Amino acid sequence: MSEHALLTGWGRTAPSSATVSHLSADPVVVAQAVRRAGKRGLLTRGLGRSYGDAAQNAGGDVLLLDATQHLQLDPREQVVHVDAGVSLDRLIRELLPQGFFVPVTPGTRFVTIGGAIAADIHGKNHHVEGSFGQHVEQMTLVTADGQARVLTPEGSPGLFWATVGGMGLTGVITSARLRVKPVETSYIRVDTDRTSNLGELVDLMRRTDADYTYSVAWIDLLSKGSSLGRAVLTRGEHATLSELPERTRNHPTAFGASQRLRAPAWVPDHLMNHWTVKAFNELWFRKAPRSRRGELTDIASFFHPLDGVGDWNRLYGRRGLVQYQFVVPPSAEDALTEAVRMIADAGHASFLAVLKRFGPGNPGLLSFPQEGWTLALDLPADPRLAPLLDGLDSLVLDAGGRIYLAKDARARPEVLRRMYPRLEEFREIRRQVDPGRVFNSDLARRLGL
Amino acid sequence: MLDALGTPQSLLLLGGTSDIAQALAERYLQRGPLRVVLAARPSAARDEAASRLGRQGASVEIVDFDARDTASHRGVVDKAAAGGDIDVALVAFGVLGDEERAWQDHDAAVELAEVNYVGAVSVGVLLAERMRQQGHGAIVALSSVAGERVRRSNFVYGSTKAGLDGFYLGLGEALGPHGVRVLVVRPGFVRSKMTAGRDPVPMAVTPHEVADAIVEGLAKGRYLVWVPAALRVVMSGIRHVPRTVFRRLPI
Repeated sequence: MSEHALLTGWGRTAPSSATVSHLSADPVVVAQAVRRAGKRGLLTRGLGRSYGDAAQNAGGDVLLLDATQHLQLDPREQVVHVDAGVSLDRLIRELLPQGFFVPVTPGTRFVTIGGAIAADIHGKNHHVEGSFGQHVEQMTLVTADGQARVLTPEGSPGLFWATVGGMGLTGVITSARLRVKPVETSYIRVDTDRTSNLGELVDLMRRTDADYTYSVAWIDLLSKGSSLGRAVLTRGEHATLSELPERTRNHPTAFGASQRLRAPAWVPDHLMNHWTVKAFNELWFRKAPRSRRGELTDIASFFHPLDGVGDWNRLYGRRGLVQYQFVVPPSAEDALTEAVRMIADAGHASFLAVLKRFGPGNPGLLSFPQEGWTLALDLPADPRLAPLLDGLDSLVLDAGGRIYLAKDARARPEVLRRMYPRLEEFREIRRQVDPGRVFNSDLARRLGL
Repeated sequence: MLDALGTPQSLLLLGGTSDIAQALAERYLQRGPLRVVLAARPSAARDEAASRLGRQGASVEIVDFDARDTASHRGVVDKAAAGGDIDVALVAFGVLGDEERAWQDHDAAVELAEVNYVGAVSVGVLLAERMRQQGHGAIVALSSVAGERVRRSNFVYGSTKAGLDGFYLGLGEALGPHGVRVLVVRPGFVRSKMTAGRDPVPMAVTPHEVADAIVEGLAKGRYLVWVPAALRVVMSGIRHVPRTVFRRLPI
């Protein structure tokens, strides 16, 4: 079944049209589609949570893999075999009652396993446990020749680490074997601290991050002066059974995440403006406790607060939004401060941004995380953003950092090339496994990947 | 690809030596490198334009283009697309002619109609076909206020722009579902090579102002822009002036 469709990323900018087909994740079926691909090529799309044009293939084919397929837990080995179209939402719902949790979760559960590998996603535990690709023991990749290859980090490091973070450009990931982590409950024990400026925040994170598996700060990028970079830092651990109150202990792994709200189909184009966002940020900062210890929070509220609002990206109106995420090395705190100042001074309506410390990166050729500070922010799409974001690109590049391809919607190829020094190795592998350029995307065309 | 902020990586300028085409390329070049295809008749002006854009960081390709030779247009679009996708195509060619000669001299009238209307329709259809295959892209067509309500003083030119305007507005509707956008630009009096020697009129604009309006219109996903923007209000009044009064207006 295929249809013609206009696709965008989660930011709802730069639409392009493609022929979209729904397929089972069976390698034989996928191989047929790969062999049929036309001259604009083919790309797999997950749940469309990349912000920019990573999951679009203008004028070509786009595959959507069945989400209802195979998922099998091996509790003894602590691994799960799962088809690539399955979402983290479904995986979490199946794992928790059996006492397991996913190794890495981003800020949304609505990503597929295939997408999680292709973007090498990270979560609040990166500083301790690394990114998604580090928990993949094995995956099946249908390459341009229609062959289903079983990849492991030991047996086929070249193609494996080109595919982890490879944005779907090496082939179609059809299934994977992931390590999962045992948990006793579906609750997180959270410590919260409010910091009045960036310096205080950086200092606190540096001192205490190592004591927690999960750590992230929400930072207000519209406050200036002495409260520049004020933030709320939350850190947590999986709660043990004995830490739960009596009445919760009967259902320790309950998972009640639901969508409580949904963005309306139409919102005014300038709902998210400097003043509304500033007011929200203010309210949110004041609402947070100055310091709180050991608060029990359910998994969905801790990891995926925005999933509670369906289609929240629509709140940005027809213009859409751009997310900008960068990482700079641990020693580049000056660059981080300068970036925060540039964003605050520019005054664009930056909704709560996220600051996190990354641990060391992995061998993924285009994998984003590297040791240091990562900041992610949402901005209403506007051509006037170009100078600010280009300026941030230079700052990040000079500091030895990079931006995240899964978020990008506007970077320039000549800048990106310098941010990812291993891009040439990635290209070489792509030339070897896909000499006829079967796999392609708008992102790849724009950035010359 | 056009990025999320409306910046293209490649630009096809049909009528590439026109002041507005040059100004548009310069605006985009301020943001970064750009592939520019200059489609125009061979001339010293074309060579000069190519080297000027090259100095500003463009990688320039030159393609011979004659608006009246519609049979050659498919080859022109193919050549322009040989080096990669066409992100933005600007239909910038046109002739103004001598108003009084234009309705009394058969050759002059036919030339105006062929260049401004037939040529524009010809490339429009071919660009549409190419961009549908690409699955993305934007076409910018230079119309004119003269086509909004055709006046006695330049009705041959005005009628060609009225035709072009209607064609491209309709083309935009047809291409919407295919991820291809069309922007119709209605400038007032533009101080340029085309209007050199004519008396300036109120609300006259420069080619750079037209270019800025195109950049903004594309970034915001508009289908129609007036330059200056205030012309929209003025023309919405003029559109409804009774004919008996309209013919006496000094415009």
